[in-house]
Amino acid sequence: MFNSILIANRGEIALRIVRACKEMGIRSVAVHSEADFESLHVQYADADICIGSAHSSESYLHIPSIISAAEIADVAAIHPGYGFLAENARFAEICRSCNIVFIGPAVEVIQLAGNKIEARRVMREHGIPVVPGSDGIVSSSEEALDVAHKIGFPVIIKAAAGGGGRGMRAAHNDASLVNAFTTAQTEAEAAFGDRSVYVEKLIDNGRHVEFQILGDKHGNVVHLGERECTIQRRYQKLMEEAPSTALDPKLRKAMGKAAIEAARAVNYDNAGTIEFLLDERGKFYFLEFNSRIQVEHPVTEEVTGIDIVKEQIRLAAGERLGFTQRDININGWSIECRIFAEDPDNGFCPCPGQITQFNVPGGPGIRIDTHVCEGYTVPSYYDPLLAKVIAWGRNRDEALKRAVRAMEETVIEGVPTTVSLTLRILRDRRFQVGNINTSFVESLLLTKRSSGRM
Amino acid sequence: MDTSELRDLIKMFEQAAITELEYDVEGVKIRLKKDMSQTPAADANPKAASQPASEKASVEEQERSAESPELPVIESPMVGVFYRSSAPDVPPFVEPSDYVAEGQTICIIEAMKIMNEIPAPMSGKLVQTLVGNGEPVEFGQPLFVLEPVQV
Repeated sequence: MFNSILIANRGEIALRIVRACKEMGIRSVAVHSEADFESLHVQYADADICIGSAHSSESYLHIPSIISAAEIADVAAIHPGYGFLAENARFAEICRSCNIVFIGPAVEVIQLAGNKIEARRVMREHGIPVVPGSDGIVSSSEEALDVAHKIGFPVIIKAAAGGGGRGMRAAHNDASLVNAFTTAQTEAEAAFGDRSVYVEKLIDNGRHVEFQILGDKHGNVVHLGERECTIQRRYQKLMEEAPSTALDPKLRKAMGKAAIEAARAVNYDNAGTIEFLLDERGKFYFLEFNSRIQVEHPVTEEVTGIDIVKEQIRLAAGERLGFTQRDININGWSIECRIFAEDPDNGFCPCPGQITQFNVPGGPGIRIDTHVCEGYTVPSYYDPLLAKVIAWGRNRDEALKRAVRAMEETVIEGVPTTVSLTLRILRDRRFQVGNINTSFVESLLLTKRSSGRM
Repeated sequence: MDTSELRDLIKMFEQAAITELEYDVEGVKIRLKKDMSQTPAADANPKAASQPASEKASVEEQERSAESPELPVIESPMVGVFYRSSAPDVPPFVEPSDYVAEGQTICIIEAMKIMNEIPAPMSGKLVQTLVGNGEPVEFGQPLFVLEPVQV
């Protein structure tokens, strides 16, 4: 087992990793930028090293600084968290060459996960259903039109090197397709430095269902059930739940099996997520796979009782999976609400500032993952996620009631937040009966605007 | 008061068992402050010698001690290992009381096996080196105290 781990991240996930280290008796080393000196995880970690100025490019994304810090702190492994360098194959490669264990899958798997087109091809080869689309990169709008005519409108143009909902443009007809194609290319270039795009069928009213997988270095793979991540705004997740209301045991078994096959197809080890799109008729398609721990991992932890971060550490240290698929049970229901320092009445613009009041909820079935406390200054340099409020109940109804109670108890002053929007979603009839799809939030926001209600 | 007298005053103050000294004579005002736990060593502040990778408070203490003569401080531009000279058996780039020109190499910080020569961001007279040879340093950590020189 590692005697020390360097956490190459910040915010709530860095604190999450420090907590796992504490429980495992592993020395935690937090690297941070000048903007994060007072951050909770920096104070809580066993040691901390300032690695650069506030800008991510000079700190959290600056590989030489992180590796240099790892060397002077003499750590055995680095946990990259999510975002930043978590899916950077080059970083994983450098760790490998410096004899530092990168807590995540192998370099080649990270590379494949980042290549959406190649990943689709591998899945197709292994008989896993993928969303209908182009075989590879589409280099001209004529080609895009060809594909669209073959698979049928509507379609979505996606960045091959993309992720996080960026570099994606929908098109419902020939005219909008040409525009969408060039816009997507430009966005892809700006966001990922690679203008390669591909075309996929846009499945209207689809549901985004993802499966958590764990694999050891000895060929054993299990899945920890699904997460429903359909509540999104501009492809950014706002709320997640486990399990999904759309899956019956039969479908869960089939999708779980496909998830494991997908993991094996790419020789996956450590923690990862296989994302599927589920259409209205109950057909599922592989979308992409992610080689990092996900923001919404807590809902899976709550219903399975498995600590995913600890498992990541164990698996990276070469240990075998301590359980088989049969040992994994989904118990109860969990709903996670993400709270952002964003103003929903102002185009969701991120709002840095100082938190003057921070009352977090508590009581039965409530878990809070946050790095924020009263007096904390939300920096402008990073993503505006403040906290995750996770409710668990014996069934969805109880989880929902607890989530509503928790969000009502939450008081955050000093910056505008998305708390009120989340409450609206939780109280919505359609959400309560589980009748949701990917356009849910947008339609809710439109209703609000047209009715003029606050 | 000229700079050599100032240097003498600082040296005297460092050795003395007082924490604060204020000198106000004929328009020249000087205030010196220090933390009592500082030893009177001319270089290598013992607090700065503690690894930044080990337990808390070392950064704040370094900042306090570097502040004590309230002279400008050169901070580390990167994370790595600090070396005072280009090789083990070679004299240091700069020693206390040396004049340092802006752009002059004052130390090496090793990061990922690369020896980075660090240039002085300003000119002045070196008062104190705050880090021991071979010690790890973090970004922004105070390395040298300089005394600005009147042109």
